Amino acid sequence: MKLTEEQVKHVAKLANLPLTSEEEEKYSEQLSKILDYIEQLNSVDTKDVEPTFNVSGQSNVMSEDTTVPSLSQEDALLNASKKEKGFFVTKGVFEEE
Amino acid sequence: MTQYEPVIGLEVHVELNTKSKMFCRCSADYFGKEPNTHTCPVCLGLPGALPYINEEAINKCLQIGLALNCSISEKSLFERKNYFYPDLPKGYQISQYRWPLCINGHIEVEDENGNALMIRINRAHQEEDTGKLTHIGRETLIDFNRSGIPLVEIVTEPDFHSTAQVKDYAKKLQQLFRYLGVSNADMERGDMRLEANVSVGKSNGHPKGVARSLPNYRVELKNINSFRFMVAAIEYEIKRQIIALERGEKLTQETRGWDEDKKCTYLQRSKEEAHDYRYFPEPDLPELILSKEKIQKLKDSLPKLPVERAQQLIEMGIPKNIAFASVVTVQRADYIQRAIEYSKARGVDMVGIVNYIINRNIYARGVPPEQAVSDYQTQTTNIISDQGELEKLAKQAIKENPRAVEDYKQSLLSSGDESKAGNPNAIQVLIGAMMKKTSGKADASKLQGILKLLLEK
Repeated sequence: MKLTEEQVKHVAKLANLPLTSEEEEKYSEQLSKILDYIEQLNSVDTKDVEPTFNVSGQSNVMSEDTTVPSLSQEDALLNASKKEKGFFVTKGVFEEE
Repeated sequence: MTQYEPVIGLEVHVELNTKSKMFCRCSADYFGKEPNTHTCPVCLGLPGALPYINEEAINKCLQIGLALNCSISEKSLFERKNYFYPDLPKGYQISQYRWPLCINGHIEVEDENGNALMIRINRAHQEEDTGKLTHIGRETLIDFNRSGIPLVEIVTEPDFHSTAQVKDYAKKLQQLFRYLGVSNADMERGDMRLEANVSVGKSNGHPKGVARSLPNYRVELKNINSFRFMVAAIEYEIKRQIIALERGEKLTQETRGWDEDKKCTYLQRSKEEAHDYRYFPEPDLPELILSKEKIQKLKDSLPKLPVERAQQLIEMGIPKNIAFASVVTVQRADYIQRAIEYSKARGVDMVGIVNYIINRNIYARGVPPEQAVSDYQTQTTNIISDQGELEKLAKQAIKENPRAVEDYKQSLLSSGDESKAGNPNAIQVLIGAMMKKTSGKADASKLQGILKLLLEK
């Protein structure tokens, strides 16, 4: 299964990755190979097998509605590349996206 | 001329008032707090952090679903909704898609003429809120205190045909959230947010309310943070779309916002850029299995809802509009209930007292319900305050209620002290009996004095 250039561009955009045209070519090939590999799984008969979403085998793992102290503002912002008055700062985003 | 009919579906987001966040134990009481002081690795989306489900939030989501007559799914899963935006630190929102907690409900709304319409609820699912963005010049400031606050999304089928119905729906949902005590549902604070899908279809030959084919496009009205603006945006959109269709233009799927200065909607995102969320089950959260017993228990614990409380008043003979006005808030409904019970014990006209409280807006004045009943009595009845007449009544009551009299005398004897009062309940029974006899016209305080004199002779 060969991914088209358009499909690779779309996937890159969804993953927020800026790709050069060489990279697009390279990943197109690699992604296609991954899909081929996954495709092999389709040859297994899974007609009577329930889908597995979680391998822990657990259910209803929940916690009580109680609070614990949060990080300090200073700690929360420790890794921010830019901060101001207690906020994380990023370059402007507008609703148009 | 072609007749057009608006087709509107709504998505309502409501923040739950739990103590802690949806998937971590940070305090959910974030409003007005210093930015980024209610965060931890989970709600900041730091690598390796693992979410944990808040059971109380799940219960509140289920209560909402039950109150909206939904079926509760026996098995429910969380999924990741993937997209990039600065308010979403993980790069995905934990939400529900294919296995929501509550599905297929319904709620009745009214239009401006009081005509009832059943709105189908597609789903009520659990998710988490995002961080708050503030746009300043070329920069955007981010506060993650809101990130991870439990959020319930309620999606209707496209069953609305007018903004009056939309208004009534929003009002009823808000009332429901407050009755259930699951959210403050304050629109201005953003506890409750509204999104609308609007299209117009030709309604030729279709009687109102009959299922018909839907238009092949819809315009999403989003990021409108006031209820009034949303109604204005829907009304504008209906007009804009009809004009476009009349001109023979083809309308397509898109997202629009509201420009309050220009009083018009504007394009935010067209279909070609529509999001591809690539939902998949959240591997960090095990599935939820909801037993029938748990669901039944939650159902049994639901408080009486406004429609039911109004219905009780209507059955007592209270006019429909007064009945619904009486149950607008839980507090008001409880107030009215207390006034009714107090009136009942005194033989005061119960329909009259409710009308009096609502029409004169007594509740808002902070008068206790018992006082309201007394005031109403004074205003509406010719109080019997003549000593002779009251004595006659008191003697009659004593004769007709030997048991209460006995109770009173016993309590006097057992106290062994004549200066102490006898059983006040016994006196109340006697007063109640006479109030009934006189339709509440007897002067209660004078009666009490006379009864005491007679009984303690």
